[in-house]
Amino acid sequence: METKTIKKHTSKSVPHMRVTGAEAVMHCLLAEGVNTLYGYPGGAIMPVYDELYKFQDRLHHVLTRHEQGAIHAAQGFARVSGKVGVCMATSGPGATNLVTGLADAQIDSTPLVCITGQVPRHLLGSDAFQETDIVGISMPVTKWNYQITKASEIPEIMAKAFYIARSGRPGPVLIDITKNAQFEEFDFEYSTCTGVRSYKPVPGIDSRQIVAAAEAINNAKRPFIVWGQGILLGKAEAELKAVVEKAGIPAAWTILGASALPSDHPLNVGMVGMHGNYAPNMLTNECDVLIALGMRFDDRVTGDLNTYAKQAKVLHFEIDPAEVDKNVKADVPVLGNVKDSLSMLLPLLEEKKHEAWHDRFKAHYATEFEAVIDHDLNPQKEGMTMGEVIKGINKAAHNKAVMVTDVGQHQMITCRYAKFEESHSNITSGGLGTMGFGLPAAIGAKMGAPEREVVAVIGDGGYQMTIQELGTIHQTGVPVKIVVLNNGFLGMVRQWQQLFFDKRYASTTMVNPDFVTIAKGYHIPAEKVSKREDLEGAIERMIKSETAYFLEVEVEKEDNVFPMIPSGASVSEVRLK
Amino acid sequence: MEEARIYTISVYTENTVGLLNRISGIFVKRHINIESINVSGSEIDDVKRFVIVVRTTEKWVNNIVGQIEKQIDVIKAYYHNDEETIFLETALFKIASHLLFDERQIQNIIKDSHSEIVTVSRDFFVISKSGRREEIENLYEELKPYGIMQFVRSGRVSVSKSQMEISSLLKEFVH
Repeated sequence: METKTIKKHTSKSVPHMRVTGAEAVMHCLLAEGVNTLYGYPGGAIMPVYDELYKFQDRLHHVLTRHEQGAIHAAQGFARVSGKVGVCMATSGPGATNLVTGLADAQIDSTPLVCITGQVPRHLLGSDAFQETDIVGISMPVTKWNYQITKASEIPEIMAKAFYIARSGRPGPVLIDITKNAQFEEFDFEYSTCTGVRSYKPVPGIDSRQIVAAAEAINNAKRPFIVWGQGILLGKAEAELKAVVEKAGIPAAWTILGASALPSDHPLNVGMVGMHGNYAPNMLTNECDVLIALGMRFDDRVTGDLNTYAKQAKVLHFEIDPAEVDKNVKADVPVLGNVKDSLSMLLPLLEEKKHEAWHDRFKAHYATEFEAVIDHDLNPQKEGMTMGEVIKGINKAAHNKAVMVTDVGQHQMITCRYAKFEESHSNITSGGLGTMGFGLPAAIGAKMGAPEREVVAVIGDGGYQMTIQELGTIHQTGVPVKIVVLNNGFLGMVRQWQQLFFDKRYASTTMVNPDFVTIAKGYHIPAEKVSKREDLEGAIERMIKSETAYFLEVEVEKEDNVFPMIPSGASVSEVRLK
Repeated sequence: MEEARIYTISVYTENTVGLLNRISGIFVKRHINIESINVSGSEIDDVKRFVIVVRTTEKWVNNIVGQIEKQIDVIKAYYHNDEETIFLETALFKIASHLLFDERQIQNIIKDSHSEIVTVSRDFFVISKSGRREEIENLYEELKPYGIMQFVRSGRVSVSKSQMEISSLLKEFVH
């Protein structure tokens, strides 16, 4: 290992001292700027927890109620703060309970360092108590992973773990540490890692591609931007705004790109994808230049690839070379960090307005407003819609809340109707679609952005997948606001059953407990709203609350999310009903 | 639909535990079968070289190579078709020794196929044959009627006709 990573002594470097492997882990975390981590103790990680006890003045360890809660909380923390999220678990079941979160973080490019305990080196391969091959299990769902069997490996591997997690296209790293390595003493010295021989995190920008991209944009009659999470991960919000405004390009976002440009920006034309807005989906197939910024053409974004933007010249700004031409062939691939490439692009762009083209978006918006949005936000029927709840939260929180969602109808409705003023305001499980993500991710998000209002919006199904994390909220007192939109169904699956399976509601009805009583059992103030006239006041009380607060809203049972691009259909085959 | 053909993927990597698993997982996820795989040293100290043979389309081999190269411990990955590489496989045949005398034709087969006798003992002898897959298969078919006690064939090893710039890539890594 010695020759293959670049080490850098910084002010945070720790001088020589004799410590155990477990104590070394503490010094590594502190050197990397960690102050909060999530986890759950157990046999094979006990030496590390023993040190956490001694370091509790500097390292805030949050005991979750399940390891899945720990990793989702670390994800929420990372997503809202842009820092590396850290979690810990013991060997065996502790480690395997992290797998869903690892897969989620891998597909959504979330920087995490996960530390697992492992049986002592001499027991490896003996099927010892709580032994599992977590390195083998987690390989396909980690950016990198490694098993430490000697204490002396800890500083270099930990430094490498943080470097790999946060650099380039971020992702989760898992470090498995055998128990003997936690006990062993060695001479500790720490240097941060600034390079790995076999790993090039950011490809260099080819300036000829920037020129080609600028030329295409300047010659375009109907240019269209779709941006993704790359803008947030690359901290390129200002560059995006400058490009959009100078070249007058309508810009839409993927679910993970939400909030990089304020919702009310006149050139923000909404969300693309299966439940995205009508205009950006329809006009994807009419634009002449499609400018993809830090996004990966997920199938939920593109629908049928054979009919996706075939008329357009595609410019793909992307940090990960493996994403270029993976799903959509790029006419002009621009590899590199999107912040740098947009900065280089900006001076080459001509000022444009494209007014007639914008009018097309406005016309399509009017169609969508009349067919869908007005009914969602200003319903005339008796039952409450999910949309009006989100509208109420926007109002009470002055469009400033971090919205954390789970997966399903409530997620799509929140992404469609939440108003975002600040970046990093939409935390959701995009690529993996992990039910149970919302509640623990909200805990992490609030700890990662304590000055901001954090509202978790969750369905009655997903809520019960990680409902145990109410215990974490109670124990830590983290003031998370929880809204459960209860329709008594696994709503999104039910919607598909209604539309594509002749209303055969197989295993989607939910007989639910009294959620208010459960929240109160955890000493969390709670209320339930069943009538529209009570909604606004309840949301006000929730937002004003200085502590955690639980609000259940009984919404219409069989509402559907529209517009919708049926699975496998073209983006221009959007259904409005 | 693009036609599937044989591609040889060459991967230069660090020498780390478990990397084979990480690389093979990329094929598993895409439901693509590996025809053969060989892992060995390379022209650079401490750098391993994987030679993986797959039958797939260029679209998929391109996708796979991108995913392989993304792995942290992978230095560089390339793919080539058969026209772009020099390649061979090696096979060993274990045959009962008495056949060498009882079946004179075997000696002719060995000579004509340019294979080599590796060892001869009282009970058996072993011949090795290096070459293209068809040559080895032909030899197998010729020897089969006489009885083969054991047969084994290696994965493909190959070198590309064009350069694979590994040394310069590693030099870019400044200490």
